[in-house]
Amino acid sequence: MLKIEAIIQPAKLDAVKEALIEAGIDGMTILEARGHGRQKGHSEFYRGREYTIDLLPKVKIELVVNDEMKDKVVEAILGAARTGHIGDGKIFISRIDEAIRIRNDERGETAI
Amino acid sequence: MSSRFKLLLLPLILGFPAMALAVAPDLRPSPPATQAQVAALQQAVRDAQSAGDNAWVLVSATLVLLMTAPGLTLFYGGLVRRKNILGTMMQSFAMMGLITVLWALVGYSLAFGAGSGFIGGFEHAFLRGVGLSPNPNYGGTIPEQTFMVYQLMFAIITPALITGAFAERVKFSSMAVFLSLWSLLVYCPMAHMIWGVGGMLNVAGGRWPVLDFAGGTVVHITSGVAALVCALYLGKRAGYPHENMPPHSMVLSFIGAALLWFGWFGFNAGSALNAGPLATSAFINTQFAAAAGAIGWVISEWMQNGKPTALGAISGAVAGLATVTQASGFVQPMSALAIGLVAGIVCSFMVFKIKRFFGYDDSLDAFGVHGVGGTIGALLTGLLASGAINAAFGKDAAGKPIATGAIDGNWHQVANQAVGIGIGWLMAITGTLVLLFVVDKTIGLRVSAADEAEGLDLSQHGEEGYDFNG
Repeated sequence: MLKIEAIIQPAKLDAVKEALIEAGIDGMTILEARGHGRQKGHSEFYRGREYTIDLLPKVKIELVVNDEMKDKVVEAILGAARTGHIGDGKIFISRIDEAIRIRNDERGETAI
Repeated sequence: MSSRFKLLLLPLILGFPAMALAVAPDLRPSPPATQAQVAALQQAVRDAQSAGDNAWVLVSATLVLLMTAPGLTLFYGGLVRRKNILGTMMQSFAMMGLITVLWALVGYSLAFGAGSGFIGGFEHAFLRGVGLSPNPNYGGTIPEQTFMVYQLMFAIITPALITGAFAERVKFSSMAVFLSLWSLLVYCPMAHMIWGVGGMLNVAGGRWPVLDFAGGTVVHITSGVAALVCALYLGKRAGYPHENMPPHSMVLSFIGAALLWFGWFGFNAGSALNAGPLATSAFINTQFAAAAGAIGWVISEWMQNGKPTALGAISGAVAGLATVTQASGFVQPMSALAIGLVAGIVCSFMVFKIKRFFGYDDSLDAFGVHGVGGTIGALLTGLLASGAINAAFGKDAAGKPIATGAIDGNWHQVANQAVGIGIGWLMAITGTLVLLFVVDKTIGLRVSAADEAEGLDLSQHGEEGYDFNG
């Protein structure tokens, strides 16, 4: 079982969700995040003072999938979230030890 | 003469005396019933006039209170960080409670009682002698209690304006004590000197008659300069200026500023103390200056920083309003446009450049907008006051208004205005410094560093303004 974390531009969320559903994913967690990589922030002006905002709004998608799904999911996210510009985001993949369905105590791959 | 001609003559001869009797005044005394009727009609006319005036001034009182809450609470509230929103709103709201009680007990008497040239006495403490019949010195067609409650709203908002200078870093208890004392020891004397009977700056008979229609000096200069003193005495917010502290809600500030503009019609036009043409003049000048102020600030900012901001637009409107306050019932409409434009440009420059140069943390620009705006407005009043709008110094034997401001030829009035400005600055600086010192040394003014970091909402009130998880 793999955990796939994708940090993307907020504007791309709808496209990525559509792509994931089309790829056969039916569960995901969406978090609102702030951050930056190499992307510079922007300036805002309040009463003549310049404020540099370097923590930019992002969206983080977390999925836990079976190993076989990995390539399909990654392709879906890349296809939907990429614009070619700095700030597109990153995908991180890690291994999951256990998954449990709270409703009925199902464990392992059937719980995903 | 033929007999037919004599017949014609008869009605003529008889007619003349009859006509004479008909047009001659009846000099017999009228019966008591008629006299009573006339007196009743005269009273009814006075009542009708009074009804219109009283209605307008009462409505104006509500408009001025609206300026404090929700106007100022939202305007200031949106400009501070989220963790301080409630603390900021509570400061203005506290004034609504405390100043009302103080005003009723002793404040009105100190401001508007007859006392010395500097301050009123205690003869109207507990509002003794302040009833429902008009006081000819204070709006001769409205009940004196209407005047009293209208002036109360000014007494409330003046200290509330000062809170902008020490935003996000003062204890609630200390603020309450400090501003209550300030209102009695700085606001009441200033109001007395300019508006109270016998005041040394009163336009009617004062040693240096100062034209201040709705409080440019009494409200904006005193609070704005006090704000500067507070900012300098208390020091900067932790993290200022290198930490980012942008407004947490420009939306709230926008709504607050719109309410301020709306309420200002009561502040200025209500100061006519009647519903007649003078109220109309003040109303129009208020609108024109607000609009010109917004435009002036926006253009200045657009040229400087490349974009017109919402904060700039609303700040410009407030600057225009603050600056025209003193002149609102004295100047021609075109003068009000000019006053607003000057205010928008000068106050924006003050805030962008001068504040940064000196480095003090007047967090919400109470001095930059009200102190500077009020001072400019006081001077411009001396220049632009027109007897045709308001014959403040009366009329001459021919019925022509006596020259009021420089625009009428009375350049001396600018000197009088300067005296008012000087005394306003002096009162604000000394009174504020003394009180800050006394309160600081007894109960302490500033919150602890930990409380400042946690935010006023939690540290002072044990509450949170917003609960997004609720």
